[in-house]
Amino acid sequence: MNETLTLSTKDKFLSHFENLDFSFDADFSKENRDRALGFIDSLEFPTSKTEYWKYTRVNKIVKGDYQVRFPENEVEIDLSVPTKNCIVLVNGYYNEELSWFDNQEGVVFSSLSAAKENTSILNDKFGTIAKDSQEIFTAINTAYHQDGAFLHVAKNVKIEESFYVINIIDDSNVLSNPRNFFFVEQGAEAYVVLKTISMSEGSSFTNMVSEVFVESNAFLEINKIQDDNGGDFQIANEQVEQASDSRFKINTFILNGALVRNNLNIELLGKNTETWLNGLYPLQGKQHVDNHTYVLHREPNCVSHELYKGILDDQSTGVFNGKVYVHREAQKTNAYQSNANMVLTDNASANSKPELEIYADDVKCSHGSVTGQLDEEAMFYLRSRGMSEKSSRAVLLNAFASDVVEHIGVEAVRQEIDAFIDKNYQSIK
Amino acid sequence: MIKIENLYASIEGTEILKGINLEVKAGEVHAIMGPNGSGKSTLASVLAGRDEYEITEGSVDFLGEDLLDMEPEDRARAGVFLAFQYPVEIPGVSNINFLKTAINEIREKKGLDPMIAKEFLAQVKEKSKLVELDGKLANRSVNEGFSGGEKKRNEIFQMAMLEPKLSLLDETDSGLDIDALRIVANGVNELKSPENASIVITHYQRLLDYIVPDFVHVLYNGKIVKTGTKELALELEEKGYDWIKEEAVSA
Repeated sequence: MNETLTLSTKDKFLSHFENLDFSFDADFSKENRDRALGFIDSLEFPTSKTEYWKYTRVNKIVKGDYQVRFPENEVEIDLSVPTKNCIVLVNGYYNEELSWFDNQEGVVFSSLSAAKENTSILNDKFGTIAKDSQEIFTAINTAYHQDGAFLHVAKNVKIEESFYVINIIDDSNVLSNPRNFFFVEQGAEAYVVLKTISMSEGSSFTNMVSEVFVESNAFLEINKIQDDNGGDFQIANEQVEQASDSRFKINTFILNGALVRNNLNIELLGKNTETWLNGLYPLQGKQHVDNHTYVLHREPNCVSHELYKGILDDQSTGVFNGKVYVHREAQKTNAYQSNANMVLTDNASANSKPELEIYADDVKCSHGSVTGQLDEEAMFYLRSRGMSEKSSRAVLLNAFASDVVEHIGVEAVRQEIDAFIDKNYQSIK
Repeated sequence: MIKIENLYASIEGTEILKGINLEVKAGEVHAIMGPNGSGKSTLASVLAGRDEYEITEGSVDFLGEDLLDMEPEDRARAGVFLAFQYPVEIPGVSNINFLKTAINEIREKKGLDPMIAKEFLAQVKEKSKLVELDGKLANRSVNEGFSGGEKKRNEIFQMAMLEPKLSLLDETDSGLDIDALRIVANGVNELKSPENASIVITHYQRLLDYIVPDFVHVLYNGKIVKTGTKELALELEEKGYDWIKEEAVSA
């Protein structure tokens, strides 16, 4: 009785995992889980005093009542995604019926659990870059992840067809810890679409971690679409490592979800790399979205371009914190960072904090942050040609989003985002 | 076509229009001239529906309807077109796609089917030729990176596409070299018909060598103080506006 009364928020949250059994797991993964449990012991959930989490309270998330739930019923969903490669997870568990893939030579695309048994890369690399010791949510994922997607593209293999990874939440109050691992070898090229879809009616929590390795001279593009339901929470951590001469692009689209926090960390560990980080968050209602990005320029001659744009309607809040760290060895760094927010109502708000920390002396770095309203003059111009207020607004918001959207290298994703903006801003007010 | 009666308008408490009376009939071209700050552009803005102006008195009847009660898009759909003095640059919005959307919204309101792509493109081709607008500009973002002359030609191009009943040309000649002026004026003249009308607002007489008005009105201090024919414009060019001001003061 006494024990129940003194149960801390952390213990209560962790009790959701009590009945999970990971004895089947590969040895190296079990070791990782054990190590992560140690970190969880010493870490606490962030509070408003934690600088890294200043604008986003996790209380609502961690105090929720959840279930880690293996899906018992068939999921009825139309996944008409135009690809030959689609891994589907339901509530964090791999779903064979909904998945399809046709591994061609030089590609291994499978569930993480299958890959743990079959590939040696995971033995060497799994869990090596995720920041378990610093981030409690990452440590929780490492300790309790159920399954996820694994992609390995071998040396010089170029695949144009996208690899889709879809995590479906099929009910309310579901807690899931999907875990992904993407490894693109030297000279290889691949496109990934990482998508969350929720059928919950509220209060499910997805805590996703992805480890991404882009080897020398390789190219990887990730399009991440977060389309939870209105009452859901999501925290996503992507840890990316780029080797010399590699190119990496990640486009993040947050389409729905009550509270979404993204921690995107990219470490440029070789020379002459190029990186694009783009984000678009068209928010409505009381949505709260927080994008934290970190780019470490460790070596010379690397370029990073960052562009995040928010459209903040109703009472929504958009938080952007982008940090670029230029190590003293990283001469000739080019780092560009920009955050623009369009605030549509008096009750919506944008918090924007671009940060540069530079220890090299021969670099080109710039950052900018703009917050504004819809251009009244442009609205009048369009309306004076006969366009309704609604469609003028949709056209201008589409244009505002267009320089993010045009970065998408996957046509189906581009269409989806365009359609989302058209639909949402034509139908309101 | 349009009947403006005793129109008063102010912005942020400052009265700009102080009792305008003007009637324009189908087939007519009216020029409105006047010194800077006399209220010419305000009149155009008020008629097009710019909402920062407050109408304190008066009425505007357009084809039997109360124009002042209509939203800007409804005025456009009813047949009012404003060629902007300073056309707005809208990055990311294609000139052609926006015009197509506008035309089809207008057609939808009139119960017509959307214009088929082939017909639309044929019209774009024909009408951009009218103002010698480079086909490439039509596909670019609205006015973005256009020269001053290209922007004004784009206004007349849009006017040609939308086929308005009443065109308001707000200082369409300002900042144009003589070639651009000739092209713009030629476009306007080509579009003239017995069914439509134009109000040409200008500071200079030069434009009226090309677009010949049926009436010339002089706006001063928010009122039309003098009305005449094209000869009045020539007189203004020669003598400036001072004598008008003096007359107005002594009246």
